[in-house]
Amino acid sequence: MSEQLCAAVGTAVEPHVELSGLGKRYPDVIALHNLTLTVNRGEFFSLLGPSGCGKTTTLRLVAGLDCLSEGSIAIDDVLVSSPTYFMPPEKRGVGIVFQDYALFPHMTVFENVAFGLYGLPKAAIAKRVNELLALVGLAAAGQKYPHEMSGGQKQRVALARALAPAPKVMLLDEPFSNLDAELRAALRSETKEILRDSGTTVILVTHDQEEAFSLSDRVGLLNGGKLEQVGTPYEIYHHPASRFVADFVGRADYLSARVEGSMVISGLGSFALPNSERQGSADVDLLIRPDDVSIADDPTGTAVITEVRFLGAHALYTLQLDDGSVLHSQGLSAHLLPPCMRVAVTVNMRHTVVFSPEQKDDAPQRHRGHRD
Amino acid sequence: MTDKTLVMQVARDKRPSLLSSLPFFIVALTLLPVLVVASSLLTPTWSVWQHLWDTILPELLLNTAVLLLGVGIGTLMLGTALAWLVTAYEFPGKKTFEWLLVLPMAMPAYIMGFVYMAIFDFAGPVQTLLRAWGLETWGFWQIRSGFGAITVMTLVLYPYVYLLAKAGFAEQSGSAIEAAKVLGSSKTRLFFQVVMPLARPSIVAGVSLALMEALADFATVRYFNFPTVADGILRVWHGLMDLGAASEMAGLLAMLSALLLLSEHRLRNRRAYHQIKGKNQGLPTMSLSGWRGGVAVGICSGIVFAAFGLPLTQLLVWGSREIGQLTPGALAVYVRLAGNSLSLAAIAAVAAVAVALLMASLARLRGGTLSRLLTQVVTTGYALPGAVIAVGILLPLSALDRGINTLTTAWWGFTPGLIFTGSIVGLIYAYTVRFMAVAYNSVDSSLEKIPPNTTLAARVLGASTMRLITEVQLPLIMPGIMAGAILVFVDVMKELPITMMLRPLGYDTLAIWVWQMAAESLWASTALPALAIVLAGLIPIKLLLSQSK
Repeated sequence: MSEQLCAAVGTAVEPHVELSGLGKRYPDVIALHNLTLTVNRGEFFSLLGPSGCGKTTTLRLVAGLDCLSEGSIAIDDVLVSSPTYFMPPEKRGVGIVFQDYALFPHMTVFENVAFGLYGLPKAAIAKRVNELLALVGLAAAGQKYPHEMSGGQKQRVALARALAPAPKVMLLDEPFSNLDAELRAALRSETKEILRDSGTTVILVTHDQEEAFSLSDRVGLLNGGKLEQVGTPYEIYHHPASRFVADFVGRADYLSARVEGSMVISGLGSFALPNSERQGSADVDLLIRPDDVSIADDPTGTAVITEVRFLGAHALYTLQLDDGSVLHSQGLSAHLLPPCMRVAVTVNMRHTVVFSPEQKDDAPQRHRGHRD
Repeated sequence: MTDKTLVMQVARDKRPSLLSSLPFFIVALTLLPVLVVASSLLTPTWSVWQHLWDTILPELLLNTAVLLLGVGIGTLMLGTALAWLVTAYEFPGKKTFEWLLVLPMAMPAYIMGFVYMAIFDFAGPVQTLLRAWGLETWGFWQIRSGFGAITVMTLVLYPYVYLLAKAGFAEQSGSAIEAAKVLGSSKTRLFFQVVMPLARPSIVAGVSLALMEALADFATVRYFNFPTVADGILRVWHGLMDLGAASEMAGLLAMLSALLLLSEHRLRNRRAYHQIKGKNQGLPTMSLSGWRGGVAVGICSGIVFAAFGLPLTQLLVWGSREIGQLTPGALAVYVRLAGNSLSLAAIAAVAAVAVALLMASLARLRGGTLSRLLTQVVTTGYALPGAVIAVGILLPLSALDRGINTLTTAWWGFTPGLIFTGSIVGLIYAYTVRFMAVAYNSVDSSLEKIPPNTTLAARVLGASTMRLITEVQLPLIMPGIMAGAILVFVDVMKELPITMMLRPLGYDTLAIWVWQMAAESLWASTALPALAIVLAGLIPIKLLLSQSK
């Protein structure tokens, strides 16, 4: 298991699913706009974004469940979709697990999993189905019907069914969103293990950043039909390319600051910009995550705790700084500070991210990341 | 909308031109009888109307109005009261009464009508018994009257209101009721100001269904000598053999039902169809104990007895007498009748379901306003009285027959005879138009139940179009197809006006036989066919009740 993982890290990156300039228009709405993205072989890739961002549309285009308006899709260097060419879904070597599982309600679990193995000798089908059912931990459930199973079991059957024809690319459309929290966590890691062992390239669609972060090698963040950023979960969280990304993947506060040369000067201290391309001086907004902010009981401090939210292991504090700005701090809950306490604020900036200042209105997101 | 693109590819595999023009053809066939009747209404022959107005029309119109008013009030009160009783109260045997009260639906008015006539008329057992006790029966109510017709129709038609009102009550949440209670509403105010307004759309729908039936009925009103417009069509057609006049009368009837539908739409401002649900978890119930419980049981069993138990018992008594003296000749007649009825019903069921399946799946593939419009047009037949459809089909088909015969005679000197009006083609056509909504609704709701993405999952897993249809889609919609077929089957078995006007000469069915024998007061001969029809009528009720569980 772990050797495999370490081995995978060493292998060369090889493109597997290539989306170039994808566009999808419906009569009244543009669902996708000029989306270019490469998913590598064996990679677990997540398309993350709010509802209506185009992530499911992208997945459906890859699966061949929808025709695209612009651009092209290639799998294994073979064109599968363009405005003038359409390879039917069954020829693409993809498997798909739907949010509602879409099991065949009139077939047993065995028959469901066997569905994609049509044409093989009976014995071979039985062998493969039993293997897969054992793999998903449902070896004894072959003769049951979907309606006799729990949500988690259905999800496993759907996975086994999708895996049966040994697809090269597995597409997962919010497969965990109908499960309760505990089961979701268990099934996520189970699913990830099974898919990693099968060596399949995976594209997961989700609106849950925690899910995307915990499962994926890389994440693509979509907003309004456009790709905002592609990167590892670490990059997405710590080096967001836009305010939208910063806000979507976690709590973000912005502090007015000023760039002077290669330094950012704020009321809470000065921080070095990681690359010194930026010259001169400019007003900026500095991104601060609650986990960058630590506070300590100090009657002479510069902030007051206005709200304490207990979250279990952590507590989230809302702070009002003396200059009027509001900031959040996350600390271990074992050492809980009470509301109304005056505190000293320390910012331990590990990654300095600044955006150009903007009006807080409905204007479109204009942003310049630190790498601009 | 989700699997549109994909399924369109599936559809594209076949012959697109034929498939895409077929719905229009079907819609045209459905519209034909309506257009025929409407056009004769729009081009009135004044002499005909003058004659009708001088003779029967005023009476027909008055009777129709009285009948609709009586049946409307009767079914509204009876249906709503019974629904409220079983919804809001607990009493002994409530669960049983809940479904027993639906049974009168299985009793067509034209069967119930002559049974009541036989029991309560001057020569019937009730009045004979009263006279034997030395009572004058002059003052005994005249059953052969509008009152008799209204009573009988109310008793067989209230279940529509009962079922829909019950569903309307069941849909309501207990919390609205509780909120009203907390705000200090009395029980009466609660019922009239909260419960009834919320259930109004369902109740209006139920009453309008009952009224449509009452408007279309010609047989029951004829027993009771209370002729209405529907009866007038058949009188004009049979008595005067004047198809033109009959068609103008049909136009009038169609207009009346259109008015009825229109006022229904105005009266209820919500969705067009109600799912009948059996659960009533929403409203809090009150337990009726002691004499109150006894009264509730008494009311329910009284209604069930009057509307189902009594006529059924009478039919069984006649039936057993008939079986006791059954001759081989009579048996042969019954077998022939049953054979005709069953084969007509089976052919019509297959035809209706096939057309429904085609329309429903194409509508789903295309989507859009046009498809919705087409399906709406195709299902309008249910709103038209059978006599209207019959006249609307008879006119063009007999014209067609005449035309064919003229042509063949002129060209080849050969007359093929009445191809359409002399065969069951016209009958099947009319049944399909009339009962399309029944078939369509069950087929369409079963298509609705195909889980989203299932088709796509099958495609991604490599299923061919053939496998997709035979292994995934057909098995999933089979229950809906069967239910639709059974409903049409039973409706055709019970149907009277269309069968009456379009059947080939001498082609008798169970329903026709019952009607003819009843008109001659040959009660014993009606019993067995009537029992067969009632039994068949129980099947959809069984389906309905098992669905609502």
